[in-house]
Amino acid sequence: MSTNDQNTELYGILAEFKNPKALIDASEKVVEAGYDKFDTYAPFPIHGIDKAMNLPKSKLGWIVLGHGLLGFSGAIAMMYFMSVIDYPINISGKPFFNAPAWVPITFELTVLLSAFGAVFGMFFLNGLPRLNHPLFNVERFKKATDDGFFVCIEATDSKFQADLVRQLFEEAGATHIEEVYD
Amino acid sequence: MSKYEYIPEPALVKGNHSFSSITKLVTDVNLRPTPKPWYAAMLLANALLGVFLVAVAYLIWEGTGIWGLMNPVGWGWAIINFVWWVGIGHAGTLISAILFLFRQDWRTAINRFAEAMTIFAVICALMFPGIHVGRIWVIYWVFPIPNQMAMWPNFNSPLLWDVFAVSTYFTVSLLFWYVGLVPDFATLRDKAKDKVRQIAYGIASLGWTGSGRNWWNYEKAYMILAGLATPLVLSVHTIVSFDFAVSMIPGWHTTIFPPYFVAGAVFSGFAMVLTLMIICRKIYGMEDIMTDDHMEKMNIIILVTGSMVGFAYMMEFFIAWYSGVEYEKAIFMLRATGPYAWAYWIMMLCNVISPQVFWSKKLRRNVNFTFFISIVVNIGMWFERFVITVTSLANDYLPSSWDYFSPTIWDVLTYVGTFGIFFTFFLAFLRFLPMIAIAEIKAVMPQADPHNYDEETQEYHPHEVEVPKPQAERV
Repeated sequence: MSTNDQNTELYGILAEFKNPKALIDASEKVVEAGYDKFDTYAPFPIHGIDKAMNLPKSKLGWIVLGHGLLGFSGAIAMMYFMSVIDYPINISGKPFFNAPAWVPITFELTVLLSAFGAVFGMFFLNGLPRLNHPLFNVERFKKATDDGFFVCIEATDSKFQADLVRQLFEEAGATHIEEVYD
Repeated sequence: MSKYEYIPEPALVKGNHSFSSITKLVTDVNLRPTPKPWYAAMLLANALLGVFLVAVAYLIWEGTGIWGLMNPVGWGWAIINFVWWVGIGHAGTLISAILFLFRQDWRTAINRFAEAMTIFAVICALMFPGIHVGRIWVIYWVFPIPNQMAMWPNFNSPLLWDVFAVSTYFTVSLLFWYVGLVPDFATLRDKAKDKVRQIAYGIASLGWTGSGRNWWNYEKAYMILAGLATPLVLSVHTIVSFDFAVSMIPGWHTTIFPPYFVAGAVFSGFAMVLTLMIICRKIYGMEDIMTDDHMEKMNIIILVTGSMVGFAYMMEFFIAWYSGVEYEKAIFMLRATGPYAWAYWIMMLCNVISPQVFWSKKLRRNVNFTFFISIVVNIGMWFERFVITVTSLANDYLPSSWDYFSPTIWDVLTYVGTFGIFFTFFLAFLRFLPMIAIAEIKAVMPQADPHNYDEETQEYHPHEVEVPKPQAERV
């Protein structure tokens, strides 16, 4: 695939590193140099990469909490409407609002909604699903899901200057550097 | 020689593997041409699936009278098979969620596999409540959706709790499984050479790039899901046991049922994982990843849960006597000595006696023997559900209404047919999805830990374990 057509624009500069340790060290250097529109790519989550990349805490917990509360209150509201308001039935003389017997379903729906929040919230925060990504134009990037460790500094970063970025990657010990076009 | 010896934890991945050799080992199964024996196995599974479809078609046409149900045994093989299959599913969630929370890294070799088993086992289980209702066209009455009677389901009923518990369990297990699969789909997408696979795996991977920012949210989601699935899996078999325990039948109405059912579920599930794992690792040559050390650890879990089940059997007997309730005492004496004593002693032999052999390290590491015991345990657990369901119903309060339950050929065919569903799904899984969590297994290899690299040269340099010398005068 040709990546140097006239009407393509620069997405960023991609550098490959030889192992997880090199990736962490490189990521620390990128943060030190003041870039913030960059990302690391690895076939598995690397221990300590969040600190090296200076990532803020994930917001996912709050999304899950919201969904969990919705499941909890939704379950009680549903059962209350159906068994107390809409069509109350006397079952063995038990109260219509039979709280102990409603515990299992309340619990299950809380878990169900929380799980939806966790999974779809994670996809949402990660911007998935997406059909394409500029990095998929790079043949070498196929290694990112196998045994390749990459850092990409994006051209939209306010400090982005191609030669400085290249120099930074070279100093950090990159084994391969190339430009990525969208 | 000191009397203490340092035994290091065995390596999780045997052999001299790099990241790319792991990728190749696992993805090759999905990317190479389909082997002929796979078609043969699939054909056999499809034949069994056909048996199931015929049995269900006849059931819908004729009604539940084709089964061995009668007075007083109105609950027969359908509930037994339902509980048995759901129980098998529990091992998958235990491995993927509970062992994850306990940081048991060895789970990564078997979790994908076991989660797949969970999902297919729960599908098999859900067939039974689905088809047993007699008027299958109104099965939607179990859900809180408007119907022609303008009535709603009875939220006080354990059977309805079961609907919510098992369907939630299925949904959450499926989501958990899919989240784990996304990075591996991306690996397959990048490894595939043909257009069809590239597109199919590409869509399934949702455009995953392996970005550090994505992994950060991903790990958080995985942790939260594990935290949610842990109480969920305990609640599911608890609620299944409520189907029995909340009723007033002697032998059912006991508070020991929830923990006892959960222990039994994990016990049978691990046995099923072992049965499948021992065959698959041999056929697909995965012995480097699913090692004998994994087998030994799972055998220890079988030993622990089997002993819990054995303890529960004894406790049931004790409480029946201690309660002083005539009917409780009578049903337990009848179980051990009455018309179904043969089933009771099969259960005792398979579930209580057989796992005790795993106190021996030699037998825990013996592949053929483990395979044999894993089958025995699952037979035993089927008989446990048979004993609970049938004996209590056949011999309840009024001796004048006692009767002996026998299944019909349709009971047997429906049950055997569910293996067709299970193996059809399972074979498709082995062929088209990565059977080992590639990203997760890489993350627990020593090469994945940045601390195992030299600070200066960035070369791989694993830490030497320092074994402290015992102080001679104190030992």
